[in-house]
Amino acid sequence: MISDPSYLRRRWINRIMVSLSTLAAAIAIALLILILGYTLFHGIAFINLDFLTQAAKPAGEAGGGMRNEIIGTLILVALGSLLALPIGLMTGIFLSEFGNPRINAVVRFGADILAGVPSIVIGVFAYAIVVKPMHGYSAFSAGVALAIIMIPVVARTAEESMKLVPGSLREAALALGITRWRSVIGVVIPGAMTGIVTGIMLAVARIAGETAPLIFTALGNAFGFDGLDKPISALPLQIYRYALSAYPDQNQQAWAGAFLLIVLVLVISVLVRWISGRRKE
Amino acid sequence: MEWRDPLHILRSEKEVHILRSDKTCKPTDLRENQIRSANTMSFSGRLGDRIFPRLTLIFAALLLAILAGIIVILFLDAMPAIKQFGLSFFGSTDWDPVNERFGALPAIYGTLLSSFIGLIIAIPLSIGAAIFLSELAPAWIRSPASFLVELLAAIPSVIIGLWGLFILVPFIRNPVESWLGDKLGFLSLFQGPPFGVGFLAAGIILAIMITPIITAVSRDAMKAVPDTQREAMYALGATRWEMISRAVLPYCRSGLIGAVILGLARALGETMAVTMVIGNSYKLTASLFSPGTTIASKIASEFSEASGEIFIGSLVELALVLFVITLLVNIVARLLVWRLTTVKVEGI
Repeated sequence: MISDPSYLRRRWINRIMVSLSTLAAAIAIALLILILGYTLFHGIAFINLDFLTQAAKPAGEAGGGMRNEIIGTLILVALGSLLALPIGLMTGIFLSEFGNPRINAVVRFGADILAGVPSIVIGVFAYAIVVKPMHGYSAFSAGVALAIIMIPVVARTAEESMKLVPGSLREAALALGITRWRSVIGVVIPGAMTGIVTGIMLAVARIAGETAPLIFTALGNAFGFDGLDKPISALPLQIYRYALSAYPDQNQQAWAGAFLLIVLVLVISVLVRWISGRRKE
Repeated sequence: MEWRDPLHILRSEKEVHILRSDKTCKPTDLRENQIRSANTMSFSGRLGDRIFPRLTLIFAALLLAILAGIIVILFLDAMPAIKQFGLSFFGSTDWDPVNERFGALPAIYGTLLSSFIGLIIAIPLSIGAAIFLSELAPAWIRSPASFLVELLAAIPSVIIGLWGLFILVPFIRNPVESWLGDKLGFLSLFQGPPFGVGFLAAGIILAIMITPIITAVSRDAMKAVPDTQREAMYALGATRWEMISRAVLPYCRSGLIGAVILGLARALGETMAVTMVIGNSYKLTASLFSPGTTIASKIASEFSEASGEIFIGSLVELALVLFVITLLVNIVARLLVWRLTTVKVEGI
């Protein structure tokens, strides 16, 4: 039976397809290593103290750095989080603790759809509701755009992690005579804290690298941070401009900026994985 | 067995005895009094229980309001262009800011074409990788390999674009495009000078960017297939691949289609990386080597310099078109994926 030709053929097909699947996974991981590796090794060569502490020089002049862009990205991420966290967390609490199935289905669907809206469209929306009425590009408008991107991610991860808190804990709290809302704040949220925090970290990693909605909200600002109602520069925005620049100096700075951004994303991703891995144990 | 009054739960034996001996106060009354007083004592708590859930509802409604706001605001801001061009906006290939004549056809065509190329490359890659991660990989590889694939999704779009522009585009110009032009140049798909930047580069970049999400969602769909299905195939003497192709894949078919459509939605809206490698030329052409544009890249490269109601209106109408397309695609994908398994929103 082992030498039966049809059996041999089936075995060969099996081998080929299994190898192809393995190859596909290998290619996917190889792509990651190619992109990550090249950016890290190529980018670190252009990182120096000047890059971190100096403002950008005009095109064509050597030197200069991305101090303003780094500060700008930190401000934008903080602003976006500040705007997004109340909405995202409260929506998560609603979905997990207070909603009824029908409203929940609508809100959840809305959150998923909002998460799927292209970031460039959100940028156009932020332009329409903030930049246009305020007659000018501003850090605030960019914060609004980033917040809208962040809200659905925070809401869904907060919901998921609060649902993992055992019902017995809620019942125990209620049996002690605590009201429902106090049990949510004092028992459910602390119990779900690691999950909520990892969700927020993932959302931060995502908005830190967002570029498309910043082009016509933050705009960029060569003179550093100048108030929330003024244009602001950001790391990903500068990487984009410098990548398309004709000056090799600026191309190199784009790689250095990419290095910083990718290190930030890597650190957050690994931290999140470490935290959620520890939680499972 | 002696019947115990519920009062015992709240009071010690001695207290109950004293309360019982007080003939003016019946135990039942006392219980009600206690409950009532407990309620009035935590008046603030009761108020909180009324306010807090409603507060969370208001914030949840705010999320829906943002979504509705996006549709309404985009529609209002696109109004000048909608009024000016009507349906001809979708059939015209003009993009002439000086004479204020705008059409969306090349951008829509470019969006669909680049996403299509991306899907053609990404589907076999992601389904293969998902099969490996769900069915083939030994347990100790599974979790780190999944993490690495998903990490690819976390890399910011602008960095993929930077890498694409400086590493991938030269590679596509030579050898890929010159080879394809030599061997398959008789097809109109592969004619024209090899620029490097263009639809092919954009398609490959999109494939790289959507592979993680298609892989992750289809892996979850495959994991949701009950083991009994696999064991039944093995019991019939199937090889591993026969088990996968005849038990696992058909069982989770709708999940796989949903995964692909989710990837498509991602590809349609992807902006930065595509803008950096597609070459931004506004024309209709059959050649994959030719520079082109997508809706997203058109908005990204012109919005901040646009002036005039009609010009801005046209760009906003492009955004509206993109929003509606991705909305429909996302809804179809969610419905398909939900039918089989609940998949978490892509956090990264």
